[in-house]
Amino acid sequence: MNNNETTAASKASKPTHEHTHDHEHSHLDETELRVRALKSLLSEKGYLDPEALNVLIDTYQHQVGPQNGARVVARAWTDSTFKQWLLEDASAAIASLGFTGRQGEHMVVVENTSDVHNMVVCTLCSCYPWPVLGLPPSWYKSAPYRARAVSDPVGVLAEFGITLPTGKSISVWDSTAEVRYLVLPEQPANTEHLSEQQLGELVTRNSMIGTGLPDPASAVSQ
Amino acid sequence: MNGVHDMGGMQCFGPIDTDAHAPLFHNDWEKEVLAMALAMGATGTWNLDQSRAARESLPASYYLNAGYYGIWLAGLESLLITHELITEAELHSGTSQSEPRSVKRVLAADKVASALAAGAPVDRATSAQPLFSVGDTVTVRNLHCPTHTRLPAYIRQRAGQVFRIHGAHIFPDAHALGQGEDPRWLYNVRFDNQELWGDQATTGHVHVDCWEPYLEATKPENVNS
Repeated sequence: MNNNETTAASKASKPTHEHTHDHEHSHLDETELRVRALKSLLSEKGYLDPEALNVLIDTYQHQVGPQNGARVVARAWTDSTFKQWLLEDASAAIASLGFTGRQGEHMVVVENTSDVHNMVVCTLCSCYPWPVLGLPPSWYKSAPYRARAVSDPVGVLAEFGITLPTGKSISVWDSTAEVRYLVLPEQPANTEHLSEQQLGELVTRNSMIGTGLPDPASAVSQ
Repeated sequence: MNGVHDMGGMQCFGPIDTDAHAPLFHNDWEKEVLAMALAMGATGTWNLDQSRAARESLPASYYLNAGYYGIWLAGLESLLITHELITEAELHSGTSQSEPRSVKRVLAADKVASALAAGAPVDRATSAQPLFSVGDTVTVRNLHCPTHTRLPAYIRQRAGQVFRIHGAHIFPDAHALGQGEDPRWLYNVRFDNQELWGDQATTGHVHVDCWEPYLEATKPENVNS
């Protein structure tokens, strides 16, 4: 504990109300140097392979992202057997599409219906289903979202520009364990003629977290 | 730990910056921090619950101001020192001043994909029978664990219904203290908004995953019909 506090306290920036852009820049430079020094130290010690860091960054920057989750949703919209499997055993159904692993070991899919809208948060940190959605967006990690998603979901949705029909209730899923939740949004009306791939293009990241809805306008451009 | 990381229900943080096009990384150093945290986690020197505990143990003012990857960075530094992989002096100088400790493994570039794909499942076999069944009314104990816990403050002493049983999972409260996996039954508990936030709350529910030691059976006189 002492180590924790000494380390962080000695490194902590001390933001004030007089915080200026110049200060922010010098703070960023300081952090950049601090990170560079740590990487160099850990490499010198032989604890990490610098090339592995590049692969990790490339993976989460370019390979894994919400396009994976969109494929899961589009498959569920077009294949009722898959959808049933997804709702009963999401980890296995999602794995069948090739999306497995870190931060998605125990998946549960929650289905939006005409009565219930689902929304996912992690109030304690920022747990998020990485294999299907990639890394969490800034707002998901932010204090105001983590704080109010559970106590004021209607207000939070309004900030995202979403107003639900009267009578639809909201279920919020707080990811306090290693179970990761993915929202299965309702398929937009008049999209039955679209192919699975075209449907996947309607599925926004936020619609799979519950702070958005699928975007039928995306289909027009297809 | 009753800390600032436990944010559920707080009202002091202002509006959400909902920008859907905000970049995942704001600076290159954030990418390096993510990758270093994952790579050092892969050495097997500490577990995920210990990483979370390290981040939550940071000074509150730092936690609220450092940003997500700033928190990861300070948490990683803290773990490296606590587990004696580096010293404070080495951290400040950025150069090695002592023999490295041996670690269980070093994540090689060509093993990244398979390591990520395998993940680290936390469900475990247990001989214990679950105390609660789906539909049971349970009350969250009034626990104030001074170390790492995954019981958010806003559900303490609130009653909800067991909605789903996830199985027995590694118990983070013990795991974070290095006391082994101590698997316990994990339940998804559904709380009415009014139970959590008062009579004026809009209709709806909050679902929270709760390990069995967080819960007790609700006394019959307290059960709402």
